[in-house]
Amino acid sequence: MNRPWRSLVAVMICLVQVVPLYITVMVALKPQTDLSSYWAWPEQPAPGNFAQAIEDGHLVRAGLNTFVITAVSTLLVVILGAMAAYPLARHRSRLNAVVNTFILSILMIPALSLLVPLYVIFVKTQAISTYHGIILTHVTFNLPLSIFMYANFIRSIPRELDEAAVLDGCSIYSVFFRVILPLLKPVTVSVVLLTAGAVWNDFQYSLYFLQKPAMQVLTLSIASFFGISGSDPHVAAAGALLAIAPMILVYLVLQKYFVKGMIDGALKG
Amino acid sequence: MRLLYRKANALYVPALVLFAGLVVYPFLDGIRISFTNWNGYSQDYAFIGVQNLKRLVDDDNVRTAFTNTLLYGFGSTLLQQLAGLGCAVLLDKPFRGRTVARTILYLPVLISAVIMAYMWSYLFEYDGALNDIVGLVGGERVLWLSSGALAVPLLIVVNTLQYMGVSMVIYMAGLQSIPGMYYEAAGLDGASRWQLFRHVTVPLLYPAFVTSITVNLIGGLKLFDIIRALTNGGPGYKTHSLSTLIYSSYFESQLAGFASAIGLLLFVTVLCCALAAQAVFRRLEVTLS
Repeated sequence: MNRPWRSLVAVMICLVQVVPLYITVMVALKPQTDLSSYWAWPEQPAPGNFAQAIEDGHLVRAGLNTFVITAVSTLLVVILGAMAAYPLARHRSRLNAVVNTFILSILMIPALSLLVPLYVIFVKTQAISTYHGIILTHVTFNLPLSIFMYANFIRSIPRELDEAAVLDGCSIYSVFFRVILPLLKPVTVSVVLLTAGAVWNDFQYSLYFLQKPAMQVLTLSIASFFGISGSDPHVAAAGALLAIAPMILVYLVLQKYFVKGMIDGALKG
Repeated sequence: MRLLYRKANALYVPALVLFAGLVVYPFLDGIRISFTNWNGYSQDYAFIGVQNLKRLVDDDNVRTAFTNTLLYGFGSTLLQQLAGLGCAVLLDKPFRGRTVARTILYLPVLISAVIMAYMWSYLFEYDGALNDIVGLVGGERVLWLSSGALAVPLLIVVNTLQYMGVSMVIYMAGLQSIPGMYYEAAGLDGASRWQLFRHVTVPLLYPAFVTSITVNLIGGLKLFDIIRALTNGGPGYKTHSLSTLIYSSYFESQLAGFASAIGLLLFVTVLCCALAAQAVFRRLEVTLS
């Protein structure tokens, strides 16, 4: 009935969201000598900015670091999260109620409130600027949400399945690994996307715990472009676009699952 | 079966070990550090009692950061509900371009907040994109972020645009879960559009409100990335949140003990706000339905 009106409002809101992207593309395409307004199309596009950004920001190295950290953290969150969720979903006891509440409460702890003591632990164990240091941090702080998502999902799987497997001679551990784990695929998609997105885009933890240039991840590389005064804004813009491109591509392909994952996570967040 | 399941408790031990080592232990150690004058690297330090805690109350910068933290938290929560619910209602009915609009509106959630904020910085520079428009309509160039007065509201707006997709998606799911027959039934009884919204949509959307507000509130109170990228707490200390103040006290001012104390304050702030929100929700649940 009022559809043209809806389209018009939607276009206007979308424009607001697209403006920073548009401006960044314009800046990235212009050479440093082009002093025209950021809104204007470049007279002579300068694709060299992108090559420069890759070289100056060591973006290939940063991309690989980001990928390794994201992949390993996500894998661990999936395995440890599903494992922890199984007894919590199946076994009601006073102990498990306490464990449950404890894990829920971790969701609320702001990472920054633990910055100083965490940093101290990492210095003592020489885990600053190491893969295992940052990965353990990501795993710890992404686990609670995944445990909740898995526990919710496991509750919807009939217990009769476990019982049948036990009657067939499975130990309770093989019930979990052989029977339950394969059934968790739908919720695993959500957990993977939520966790991978959080780790890939992380800035805070990486800023504290990855201090060697060789260990930089993408967000840190881009931040160092913008943080240094006098660095070329055009190269910085090109770097920013390159850094967000993989995530945008994945999002466009898997959009439906991202949205579903977000909702699955929020409902118990 | 019960005994078997109890044996399965072993499966959560690895997770608990991680939580013990990287959450519980640091939390307790943080309390200890906040009673010291430690500088963050030296071997010697002394316990100085409650001096750091006293300083939390007296220090003007902490007070500013505390107020800002609440502004960021509640300000973005409010704006995100308005924007998120508005967009969800807008996208609830089919129209041309609906799918594209949903894709674009949710996109920023998936982009790193810190990089997104750096992209916004091209708009806020003195010679930036926003001032070009101001100039075009004949206005004076505005100091968007460097005057302080405008900076806090602008950071709230940027944070809102970054994460309003989250609320939008939660509300869209909520709207879709309301059976159409409720509207038909109320429509037959002669309810106006506003009455439909107030007496059908709002009560049935209640769980979505709770989820969305809780997620946004905790996120806003922890705000760090966007501030760090756009103002780094400046000018002076005007836009610091507790999170950015902890970082700068520790790494820039070498006040580890004090930074740890601010950490405790942040923890207590988030906890109190979350509990207060829960209490309000419980009371509202009764009045709304």
